[in-house]
Amino acid sequence: MANRKINWYKYSSPANFYPLAGKLIPWFAIPAAILFIAGLYVGFFVAPTDFQQGDAYRIIFIHVPAAWMGMFLYVLMAGYAGIGWAFNARLASMMATSLSITGAMFTFLSLVTGSLWGKPTWGTWWVWDARMTSTLILMFLYIGFISLQSAIDEHRRADRAGAVLALVGVVNIPIIYFSVQWWNTLHQGATIRLLGKPTMAPTMVAAMLIMLAACWMYSVAVVLIRVRCIILERERNTGWLTEPVARGEATHFTGAESI
Amino acid sequence: MSWSEFFSMGGYGFYVWGSYAVTLIALGGEVIFLLRRKKNLTSRPDLDRHHSSESDNYENQA
Repeated sequence: MANRKINWYKYSSPANFYPLAGKLIPWFAIPAAILFIAGLYVGFFVAPTDFQQGDAYRIIFIHVPAAWMGMFLYVLMAGYAGIGWAFNARLASMMATSLSITGAMFTFLSLVTGSLWGKPTWGTWWVWDARMTSTLILMFLYIGFISLQSAIDEHRRADRAGAVLALVGVVNIPIIYFSVQWWNTLHQGATIRLLGKPTMAPTMVAAMLIMLAACWMYSVAVVLIRVRCIILERERNTGWLTEPVARGEATHFTGAESI
Repeated sequence: MSWSEFFSMGGYGFYVWGSYAVTLIALGGEVIFLLRRKKNLTSRPDLDRHHSSESDNYENQA
């Protein structure tokens, strides 16, 4: 603690980030709950029935946000893993580990809900279509990252190995995103584009975007809770954890009691 | 629209509610698992100063 000179890096230290993360969690968890309720309300009670797919399309309100989160969180995870590796920043590596679980969960959900949507509309649970196959590869990349990290006992070595895998795997993200344009796929094209009008009714788009915001808030909250657990697990023996902040008895870490 | 109509989702009830049920289980499960993990960690006796006297940072020794 004593040789920390530059204040900008204050929160790159787990000891300082730990109480900050604790304070931030409710600011994401509560909006997440509100947005989930609002998104489901708009999705089920405001958005109209689709003229082609009937009510089956309502799976979109969780399927598309889950698929996007799977991709976003992967890029974020790889970014943190890369920073942790390049700058030897252990908190960034812990963030990558924390993100991997939530990212894998959203990717899993996008595959399962996609399958549940495919059965009534395409007549099949699964096809080896470009988008679905590349999303399955994303799932395997997450599983690979998680298993590789848990197979290596020394944390920093596990972080470095995971970073290599995560960064190489980033190449899969544009493949998923553009798969519906590059190949002739069974999966439909993008319903929302950065440029141009969405191909859905405005209330449908609204429900989807509210659900996406809810998923973001949820992800930040759980990733912060998990990174706090990881900090506790990894830094159990480093001394600062025995101090009042870590024990929930004070709100500010001063470093004055540092051993 | 009646509630039974609402739950049948025009015949797609299994797929629509199945999707949301899986999502609820996954998200809820993640939260419950995490809060339990957190609780186990913060109630650990070895976080107590008296019990961590032999606590050289093993990570730095590698």
